[in-house]
Amino acid sequence: MSFDYDKYIRPGKLPHIWCPGCGHGIVMKGLIRAIDTLGLQKNNTAIVSGIGCASRLPGYMDFCTLHTAHGRAAAFATGVKMAKPEMNVILVGGDGDGTAIGGNHFIHACRRNIDMTYIIMNNNIYGMTGGQFSPCTPTGAKASTTVYGNPDPAFDVAKLAIGAGATFVARGTAYHATQIDKLIAEAIQHKGFSVVEILDDCPTTYGRRNKFKSVIEMMNRLKDIAVPVKAAEKMTAEQLEGKILTGVLYKEERPNYTDEYAKVIERAKK
Amino acid sequence: MAKKVAFLQGNEAAAQGALYAGCTFFGGYPITPSTEVAEVMSVELPKIGGKFIQMEDEIGAMASVIGASLTGAKVLTATSGPGLSLKQELIGYACIAETPCVIVNVMRGGPSTGMPTGPSQSDVMCAKWGTHGDHPAICLTPASVQELFEETVRAFNLAEKYRTPVMVMPDEIVAHMRERIVFPEPGELEVINRTAPSVAPAEYKPYDTSFGDVPPLAAFGSDYRFHVTGLNKGQDGFPTTKAAWVQAEEERQVRKVEANVDDIVQFEEYELADAEVAIVAYGSTSRSARFAVNEARKQGIKAGLFRIKTFWPFPEKQIAALAGKVKAFITPEMNLGMCTGEVKRCAEGKAAVHGIFRVDGEPINPGQILEKIKEVK
Repeated sequence: MSFDYDKYIRPGKLPHIWCPGCGHGIVMKGLIRAIDTLGLQKNNTAIVSGIGCASRLPGYMDFCTLHTAHGRAAAFATGVKMAKPEMNVILVGGDGDGTAIGGNHFIHACRRNIDMTYIIMNNNIYGMTGGQFSPCTPTGAKASTTVYGNPDPAFDVAKLAIGAGATFVARGTAYHATQIDKLIAEAIQHKGFSVVEILDDCPTTYGRRNKFKSVIEMMNRLKDIAVPVKAAEKMTAEQLEGKILTGVLYKEERPNYTDEYAKVIERAKK
Repeated sequence: MAKKVAFLQGNEAAAQGALYAGCTFFGGYPITPSTEVAEVMSVELPKIGGKFIQMEDEIGAMASVIGASLTGAKVLTATSGPGLSLKQELIGYACIAETPCVIVNVMRGGPSTGMPTGPSQSDVMCAKWGTHGDHPAICLTPASVQELFEETVRAFNLAEKYRTPVMVMPDEIVAHMRERIVFPEPGELEVINRTAPSVAPAEYKPYDTSFGDVPPLAAFGSDYRFHVTGLNKGQDGFPTTKAAWVQAEEERQVRKVEANVDDIVQFEEYELADAEVAIVAYGSTSRSARFAVNEARKQGIKAGLFRIKTFWPFPEKQIAALAGKVKAFITPEMNLGMCTGEVKRCAEGKAAVHGIFRVDGEPINPGQILEKIKEVK
């Protein structure tokens, strides 16, 4: 029997705004399967986003959904989670939204280790505004504001999250569709701030400027550069040149913020 | 039983007022001269099971209170000038998403970093025009420690009643002075809670105007699921670019405040019955003005005071009526003419308007106002 995605989609809200060939829909399906696996209750789950193509995801989902301002998802979500720690809080958004204008909120959510899951769809570009370079656009790549090649170095989102204190960090790709739900499910189950970066594609504003002839070519690139962490252990530095590790990259147990604040309440009441 | 009396600082009174109103969530960022509000909330909220969080920046603080408000909590943040500038992005969000929240903004010198420890009244226009787009604005300008407590309670009531952000804007003098305060008993001041939905979850729409201009707001984590966005939205809460819906929603958002000015606008009239010169003042400046009126009366000059308690919506009707009776207005304020411009607009040339402006970090003293009264009488 095929999986019933409609159970979690708001009636009448599809079709989505995403272009043909965009990976965001693959990530949304992965999120839905993860939610189904974990049996999360719709009324008790908030899905929060910022601004951009990826941030339109919550509107399609039949949950408590909050489409905030550009970059602010983590800060709004922190308010939701603090006020109602019993709720599951899931953040979604793109690389520009999360690591540029939202960078401060992102690293501080990591530092607090507040029990939320952040899914970053990294397509290396600001898609909704027409393809300007983001902090995740590779050096040298073309964007509408880097027609001579991008002079900026790019962020490694996973390293950024680990450095800032996130206690679960994973990476997948839009090509490896069946892995996405497993990574997201594990991230949601993790007690603390979890980050799942999904390497994604934007054929419309990134692909056509960077000599990708088709969506298939973009997807094949994701397939080619991805190396599971286990496999990478047996590979030489030379073999890993140009590759990107996928799977669970980092995991640690550390007190999470709302549990710690519950202790503050206990101490204050004494 | 004797009432609880204390010698309290203005900012402490604002925090106590918030607690009286039922505030259970504070999100903030340190900024002089408002930090005592955050400090008191950090001590008191956990005692009642409430939540205090110090966010990474002013925008984050504003975001956190909106998020918490959507779970049903009564929420507060506190800031000052530069912080208010930063918060404007999400004050606009709270306006369009119609999320109740209270912002205490202690007015210090500006623009930019300005004079962090000096008093000012130069944020009053920012309260109305600071965020882009058409939107409602409610801003209260208390003049004493007691009033800062009471007006903070009223700010929560207005925020919850009209589903909109409300600003409480003491100048630095009111926020930092210490005065005797008599705490109202529980139940003595009205406390308004937001209207919960009465329809079944399946029928719920977060902006359903069949319930009037202020539709009931459900809470995340309850039996109701809904969508919230900063985009122009239809009654169901989902983004729309449908011209008729956008126009209707924008107009309703402003109308819900503008059509209720008689419920929102508060002011005090002092010695105005036979006055020929009316001083229009607010905050600590109104205290100097009252003193000046008393002195003028002793000298046989018919002066009076119109004290603004609600700066936005501006008391337009009252000022217009007064313009037909007095010879002149005097508008002392710690900025370069923000209230003065509004008084001129309302007076429509029927009475002269003379401003007294100070932006040097010093208060406007009674002598300065008395001098002007003698000059224009």
